[in-house]
Amino acid sequence: MRNVVVENAADAVKGLRDGHVVMVGGFGGAGLPRSFVRAVAELGVRGLTLISNNAGTEGDDLSLWFRSRIVSKIVCSYPRSAKDFTAQYRAGEVELELVPQGTLVERIRAGGAGLGGFLSPVGVGTVFEQGKQKIEVDGRTYLLEMPLKADFALVKGKVADTLGNVTYNMTARNHCAVMTTAADTVAVEVDRVVEAGELDPEAVVTPCIFVNRVFARTSS
Amino acid sequence: MKGLERQQLARMVASQLPRESFVNLGIGAPTHVADYMDPESGVILHSENGILNVGPAPALGEANFDLINAGKSPVTLARGGSFFDSSMSFAMMRGGHIDVAVLGAFEVSQNGDLANWNTGRDEGEPPGVGGAMDLAVGAKQIWVMMEHVTREGAPRIVAECTLPLTAKRVVSRVFTSLAIVEVMPDGLVVSAMLRGARLEDVQARTGAPLRLAPHMRTIEPDGKVAE
Repeated sequence: MRNVVVENAADAVKGLRDGHVVMVGGFGGAGLPRSFVRAVAELGVRGLTLISNNAGTEGDDLSLWFRSRIVSKIVCSYPRSAKDFTAQYRAGEVELELVPQGTLVERIRAGGAGLGGFLSPVGVGTVFEQGKQKIEVDGRTYLLEMPLKADFALVKGKVADTLGNVTYNMTARNHCAVMTTAADTVAVEVDRVVEAGELDPEAVVTPCIFVNRVFARTSS
Repeated sequence: MKGLERQQLARMVASQLPRESFVNLGIGAPTHVADYMDPESGVILHSENGILNVGPAPALGEANFDLINAGKSPVTLARGGSFFDSSMSFAMMRGGHIDVAVLGAFEVSQNGDLANWNTGRDEGEPPGVGGAMDLAVGAKQIWVMMEHVTREGAPRIVAECTLPLTAKRVVSRVFTSLAIVEVMPDGLVVSAMLRGARLEDVQARTGAPLRLAPHMRTIEPDGKVAE
């Protein structure tokens, strides 16, 4: 029977290489897979493209990736109050693609859902329309927004079963659930793992088809 | 002229929210509106990171950092609350399901253009947009709450915004430290003024023409609005 549980965080991020595109879940600290963030920092990779809502604040969050200079580009909605990212940004060492938050998550959704993009009214008449195709539908102007996909998605869940079905905890669901649909390899860090059949099927938010690896911070 | 302080401004906005409406409070000053909402009003608060029915701040020592608001501060869940992912949350915002979004702003123009996102350019800081644009485009009504003038005394309600826009023609009502200003198709209308203020006082601090509503209301110094 399928079992996607791995024993440590290093195994969960195995195969992540230089130049990969990596989605990392979280809104601030909620939903941030901290064990995976540390494990990637220890890989010694370079030139990652990071897709994430934020760019860390300070300490052992995504700031680690900027302190160790492993990110060359970030696609992000709100990289403010991010000490280490800001230092690299000021020095011109990291490229920023700023995306309104709803557009960011929908681009990820489109990537995971096999769509070639979508039309959004957000950003029309602002600097965010630069370089984008404008399309009118029923008299309203929209911007063509392109899908986002990744080599890896690293997210935080609450409980997973051995098949890889995942539940989330309160606002820690945020971008995590959508990110699991849009990457070649999806690793989920959870608080605990249970046997298949122990999760209420109605409570499963991410079905196991999207999940390749599950790592429990503490096993039970 | 001494205008309302932030807390009184929050009380004024809270008193004007429609009963049983779905409301998103932006980060910063609008967050304080929640402190003054009448529990009987039935208003349901939305938070962009995936909450409907946001409750008050937790008691000291009971914060859960998986339960935070858009400003990343710990909150609680009110009775009948729910959680959902960001895609569904922004569908609520962009899809026109939120009745009122209360946002802070740097500038509002006379036709309702909104400038309220952190472009970061002046300080060498990175820019950050977050959910500001999605809310501004999608909520049924956009209310702005802000100081009437900048720290330097320049108007924030202007003929045309000078700062990069968040969205065009979206603001319907502006609550300031001096007045409530309605953005109408034919210009700005003052529907309430701080007790003791005259139209010429408010006009002198505003960068676009104002006119008085037929039924003017008075804002008391504590933020209450007398009908």
